[in-house]
Amino acid sequence: MLIPHPLLGLRDAQEFTYLGDASLLDRPDPAREDAAEAFYEYAYLRDNPAGVHRELWFHENGDRSWLVVTRDTVTHEILGAELARDVKLRGKRTT
Amino acid sequence: MTRHAGGLLDRTRSLTFTFNGRRLNGYVGDTLASALLANGVQLVGRSFKYHRPRGIFSAGAEEPNALVTLRSGAHAEPNTRATVVELYDGLEAKSQNHIGPLEYDFMAVNDLLSPLLAAGFYYKTFMWPRAFWEKLYEPAIRRAAGLGALSGEADPDMYDRGYLYPDLLIIGGGPAGLMAALTAGRAGVEVVLADEDFRFGGRLLAEDAVIADAPGMDWVAATLAELRSLPNVRLMVRTTVFGVYDHGVFGAVERVSDHLLNADGQVRQTFWRISAKRSILAAGATERHIPFANNDRPGVMLSGAVRAYANRWAVSPTRKAGDGVAVFTSNDDGHRTARSLLTFGVPVKAVIDTREEIESIGDYRTVAAASVTDTRGRKGLQAVQVTDARRSWWLHCGALAVAGGWNPNVHLASHHRARPVWDAARQCFVPSGAPAGMRVAGAAAGEGSTAAALASGAGVAVESLGELGVKAVPSVPHAVEEAASGEAFWHVPGKKRAWVDFQNDVTVKDIKLSHQENMRSVEHLKRWTTLGMATDQGKTANVTALAVMAELTGKTIPETGTTIFRPPYTPVSLGVLGGGDTGAHFRPWRLTPTHAWAEAQGAVFVEAGLWMRAQYFPRSGETHWRQSVDREASAVRSGVGICDVTTLGKIDVQGSDAGEFLDRIYVNMMGTLKPGKVRYGLMLREDGQLYDDGTCACLAQGQYVVTTTTANAGSVFQRMEFARQCLWPELDLTLISTTDAWAQLAVAGPQSRALLERIVDDFDLSNEAFPFMACAPLTICKGLRARLFRISFSGELAYELAVPARYGHALMERLIELGEDLGATPYGTEALGVLRIEKGHATANEITGQTTAVMLGLGKMVSRKKDAIGAVLSRRDGLEEDTRRLVGLVPVDPGESVVAGAHLFGTTDPQDLAHDQGWITSACYSPHVGSSIGLGYLERGDTRMGEEIVAANPLEGQSTRLRVTSAHFVDPEGERLHA
Repeated sequence: MLIPHPLLGLRDAQEFTYLGDASLLDRPDPAREDAAEAFYEYAYLRDNPAGVHRELWFHENGDRSWLVVTRDTVTHEILGAELARDVKLRGKRTT
Repeated sequence: MTRHAGGLLDRTRSLTFTFNGRRLNGYVGDTLASALLANGVQLVGRSFKYHRPRGIFSAGAEEPNALVTLRSGAHAEPNTRATVVELYDGLEAKSQNHIGPLEYDFMAVNDLLSPLLAAGFYYKTFMWPRAFWEKLYEPAIRRAAGLGALSGEADPDMYDRGYLYPDLLIIGGGPAGLMAALTAGRAGVEVVLADEDFRFGGRLLAEDAVIADAPGMDWVAATLAELRSLPNVRLMVRTTVFGVYDHGVFGAVERVSDHLLNADGQVRQTFWRISAKRSILAAGATERHIPFANNDRPGVMLSGAVRAYANRWAVSPTRKAGDGVAVFTSNDDGHRTARSLLTFGVPVKAVIDTREEIESIGDYRTVAAASVTDTRGRKGLQAVQVTDARRSWWLHCGALAVAGGWNPNVHLASHHRARPVWDAARQCFVPSGAPAGMRVAGAAAGEGSTAAALASGAGVAVESLGELGVKAVPSVPHAVEEAASGEAFWHVPGKKRAWVDFQNDVTVKDIKLSHQENMRSVEHLKRWTTLGMATDQGKTANVTALAVMAELTGKTIPETGTTIFRPPYTPVSLGVLGGGDTGAHFRPWRLTPTHAWAEAQGAVFVEAGLWMRAQYFPRSGETHWRQSVDREASAVRSGVGICDVTTLGKIDVQGSDAGEFLDRIYVNMMGTLKPGKVRYGLMLREDGQLYDDGTCACLAQGQYVVTTTTANAGSVFQRMEFARQCLWPELDLTLISTTDAWAQLAVAGPQSRALLERIVDDFDLSNEAFPFMACAPLTICKGLRARLFRISFSGELAYELAVPARYGHALMERLIELGEDLGATPYGTEALGVLRIEKGHATANEITGQTTAVMLGLGKMVSRKKDAIGAVLSRRDGLEEDTRRLVGLVPVDPGESVVAGAHLFGTTDPQDLAHDQGWITSACYSPHVGSSIGLGYLERGDTRMGEEIVAANPLEGQSTRLRVTSAHFVDPEGERLHA
């Protein structure tokens, strides 16, 4: 597989390590009342769709960027890749 | 010899080889198969199940029968297809799967037992008595059925791997592939043209085609000459593209030196990863045979193969020169074989055509509307029985060429699950789609004639280039069109066995049985009969079997469906997939800065992840590792010891928000750390379990050094990057791993201060000026920049001193030299372990991923004043209320040992899961205590000091009485530490 790194262009998937569902970006607020329940879901529950999936890849043998890669798990087609920090910062601005 | 004139051989260079020990000759340009046939060798092996005599069936990668073992000893390679082995001087080949000589295989008795060995026999025949299956039936069947044997020795050959990034990859160098390469090469894009053969040309090598009014091979030569002159074209012969992977990545194996007796330092094979923007599959087609009774005798061959042996290798496939060849065909292609044979003076006995209306293209006898219904000849073909509407008769011949039409080689096109579709007009499966970026050209797309292949190669090249934004104008030479009609004729009905899949001994009868037993879908058929599941993957069998099944079920072929293909296209050796990274090269070695020094001291090393660390330093007279380790540990407690601790992870954290960031990484407060101070810290996983521990040193405002355990150095860094980029990107900080930048030595023991005073430059090491948990940048040895940390893993007065990595070796030498009178002693990981167990410090043995801060007795470190990774879930009832605690353990009888991994029980309790009270995490012999000691997690351990318990290993019946103590065997008050 080839991953379109937003800074470095197409890179071989062998340069990356995989973490999984990009929902890991959405760490709950520890101060909220139901924090225990929210963290339980955050730590343990993942969607595992057959189809389009947003997931985290780490360019470990590269520039150490964390990427959010949108991939179709059925066809392995990669629909896009963004720097995770950009995704996160954008989310923080809108919320 | 059955060699005749012509052929693409270098007759000036004769080669000698052996087959089953017999010395034979061939020429440069031969394959093993063509050379064997030239020497009149028809019988080359025995079949998988029935041990029937078998001969060479094809002239290419599809070969089901002629499997041989090449070379001998450790270099032996079983199951090699003789049809693709390039002949070399000194080649050594042996036949397989027979007991006794090939000609008189004792296992041939299996053929008489064939009624017992029909499809699915092992599910039926050998079911009773049940116990006999594993002990008797299966081993006997496995020994009787089979392929060649592995040498059992390590692979002595070298392999390599390589990477290519062409614009266009063209798979197959026949007319379509060459035409595509020429079109793309002239347009200036980067082209890789790969072919599995050792010569380019594909079917043109085997045919008497005419291109641009000249022999086809002239066009091949001219095309290759032009391609070689183009710097943007890479030509790769002996290279099989075996699989298509995601996003235009292909796997290919180049057989670099398989065709040389002496590789002369070259690798044997290279594994290529080819990443191509576009690709063209021009893999050609494989001919079908027509099953009839006893069609598996040596001498019965594919018609296109017979033609290839005649045109390319100048060989008649009979045992004796002058023996006649018969042709059995359902199409015009068979007649071309007769014409080629006649060209070289090989007698053609008859062309037996299944069709009513046929047109002869040469001076040979034809039999219309007839078929071959049986054969004779025990070890090679003697005669075939011809049957037409009125009668049957025997026709003597030395070989039979069978032409049943051609199957496009769609394999790679369906590697991403595109299912081939039935083309009724051409009577074959053609690709319906292909992996992204791939186009199919030539015979692989059903465009089988030379003219059509050239046109389609040029056409798909233009299309592919267009997608790359490159315009190309093809110039396709004229090729003479040959008649190419035929009828669908799938098998000759009859009562006797007619083979469909030669390699796995599957006959038409087996397919009928499968049908009777309701195994009718293609997937069931395949598994019940093992059709197409041999090393050839049914290249000559699958489509024919589908057609037979279709006939039995009364369905059409498209209704019956087809299986699709997975990589690899042809077998790939595991050695080349490893790419040479085996043994010591399997993964990189990381060596500490003092490695060479330790080696010179005679250190014994131990692997710690990728690192090699000194385990202990034996001295003369020491005969057991314990003597060395006890001495080293005692030296630290009484004088001073030095240990390389460079392998511990070091992560530099800098920025105005670094303190805030560390507060969120560690569960204890870290942001309050002042410059010049070090603090111990705990990291949790987000699920609340302990993850890693280490120290964090504040070197200056906003500048910290985090240390991790050796094992987690990589993953802690990765998780910190995750936290920085994915959780809190608004914080101002940067991270960098400096593990390899600094050599770090632990200097531990009561004399450590005295030793360090000898190397520091004007630095006050007194307890007041530089107390426990202090740190400072400084210079040593008159100007070398260094970092000093007063931290201790051993419980003694101790320091860790870091210098730029390249000075690590010199620093170690200097410390040992200057500390001689102080008893300075190098110690390894083993003594390090003893010292930390004596002090009750945790390592990976205690932090296993299933343990918590509470269990370590450090529950209070999880700050409630702030958030940190894992803090919320660490407060779950199940974790926070865990009552197991880390304790020390000593044997009641000091002569007994504490064994890590043993489980803990009450002295009178039964030793079962219900009464389990914990387990021992670490154990060693403690020279300080004078007995074996251990650490372990014990239920309510903190309240049970002095109690006797039992450590048991019920699996081995071991049971030892232990006393519970503090985990701090040494200096529980910490007086030495603060000295």
